Amino acid sequence: MNSVLTQIQPSNPHSRLEGEDEFEQYTDSASWGSMAGFGNLNRTGGVMGMDVPRVSNPSAFLDMHTDNMSANPDAKIKIAHGTTTLAFRFKGGIIVAVDSRATAGSYIASGTVKKVIEINKFLLGTMAGGAADCQYWETYLGMQCRLYELRNKERISVAAASKILSNIVYQYKGMGLSMGTMVCGWDKTGPCIFYVDDDGQRLKGDLFSVGSGSTFAYGVLDQGYKWDLTDEEAQELGRRSIVAAGHRDAYSGNTCNLFHVKQEGWDFIGNYDINELWYEYENKKKADRESATAAPAAAASPIAVDQ
Amino acid sequence: MALYSQPPMSYTQEPTTAPVEHRFNPYSDNGGSILAIAGKDFSVIAGDTRQSEGYSIQTRYARKVWQLNDKAVLATNGFAADGTNFVKRVKQRLEWYEHAHHKPMGLKSIARMIQTMLYGKRFFPYYVYNILGGIEEDGTGAVYSFDPVGSYEREACRGAGAAQSLIQPFLDNQIYFKNQQPEAGSEKFVPGNLPLSTVLSLVVDSFTSATERHIEVGDGLEIYVVMQKGRSADDLLDEKKLAPGLKVEELGALGEGEGERTFLVRQSLKRD
Repeated sequence: MNSVLTQIQPSNPHSRLEGEDEFEQYTDSASWGSMAGFGNLNRTGGVMGMDVPRVSNPSAFLDMHTDNMSANPDAKIKIAHGTTTLAFRFKGGIIVAVDSRATAGSYIASGTVKKVIEINKFLLGTMAGGAADCQYWETYLGMQCRLYELRNKERISVAAASKILSNIVYQYKGMGLSMGTMVCGWDKTGPCIFYVDDDGQRLKGDLFSVGSGSTFAYGVLDQGYKWDLTDEEAQELGRRSIVAAGHRDAYSGNTCNLFHVKQEGWDFIGNYDINELWYEYENKKKADRESATAAPAAAASPIAVDQ
Repeated sequence: MALYSQPPMSYTQEPTTAPVEHRFNPYSDNGGSILAIAGKDFSVIAGDTRQSEGYSIQTRYARKVWQLNDKAVLATNGFAADGTNFVKRVKQRLEWYEHAHHKPMGLKSIARMIQTMLYGKRFFPYYVYNILGGIEEDGTGAVYSFDPVGSYEREACRGAGAAQSLIQPFLDNQIYFKNQQPEAGSEKFVPGNLPLSTVLSLVVDSFTSATERHIEVGDGLEIYVVMQKGRSADDLLDEKKLAPGLKVEELGALGEGEGERTFLVRQSLKRD
């Protein structure tokens, strides 16, 4: 039997340039019936040929017409971009927190994007970079993880799942995919995070933040992070980091989606308005300041009274 | 004779060593705008009918909104040729599905199929922004919006196209009640509960306003209304309740007819 890998690998994407029929996926005589496969997957679950323009340099063509990787902001085809995401491991599992803003140039294309992709009950993926690239390949990863379960009668490890994803994007390296994702889950080894990106990089780690707002998120995350955080402290740290990024990074904002990965699978904690949270934090800061200045004054009052 | 002699080598073109590749630009922007709003038991999908390229109007009637089956309507915007071709392929896939499964494809499955079809051309994208509207299997009105390479999301409303930046903020205010405060003591705003008559006038207002301020929007307006099975259509069919200038026509069932009803409401927009 084929290994999982050979089944999920697309036939070499570059080879499609050499005169293959671009309508191949529609001309199979049985392609409307029970042998159809699903979406653009054939019946073995492999991705059917991606259509590639017949020019000598397809990725230059893509660069010219899309604003992918922000290299060409004036391009006609604006691909929705994702922005601040973070995940960290701690005593109680994994916290995953993301914002919900999608921008096309300087236009806010959406403020309600789901940047956490629920691969299955135990695996989460985050979305930064091209929204479609993340959504499509992480959904596809979900199918491959299910097939792994059926074949092996046990759940796939986070390491193996993230490697399926990194092998896929490595196949398309240099073709213009854009994704920076964290595959988070709980397996036999406990909570586990892998960072996977479009150039095929795959890293295991305790704490990651990805996207244009990541520097701001790291600032808050690093100063508050320790392994022994309680669940509530950890959730608050994730939320606070996203608020900081949403406040300082113009490409991040709107709402924060918070997830907690535990041994029994992930939990959706909530959706929070970043703007409202920021005012909440400001008011708390102000109240703390006032009580701090009021307290010494009250203590000093017996002396101050006799003026 | 000098005339017949070979011209000096410097006049002749250097022998070409490789084929010359010209810039391949298969895309154009045909303007116009589309919009969709989901209600509790209905869905409204609308688009203007002007098609332009640069400052010239190619036609005052080009369709941008398409009925796919009895519970789904697709609106396309961007490059018209890609749009019509994409709709053609979607319709073909829906027909094949019916042959294979003896039932029409559900709305959320159509949405996922559109994602895979768009992503199949990730490296040679359709320059099309799609909005899918219709009735979900549980009977609720739904709107799905897509980017050109297939990322999608279910929403309560979405505007797209040339006048997106004019229409969407208005919708955010009127549909999601953004930047609105309920009067002291009155009920909280709950999005997604507006009656059809209100939604229809919001759509008409969106397009008349976009026509006023955007050169690529105008000529005509087509509004498709898909209704949950069993829902009364009196609010749409009663001439007295409808704004003047609107013409309603019921589109017959495309398939077996499972009870969902689709109506087409037309109105003219300014042509200047």
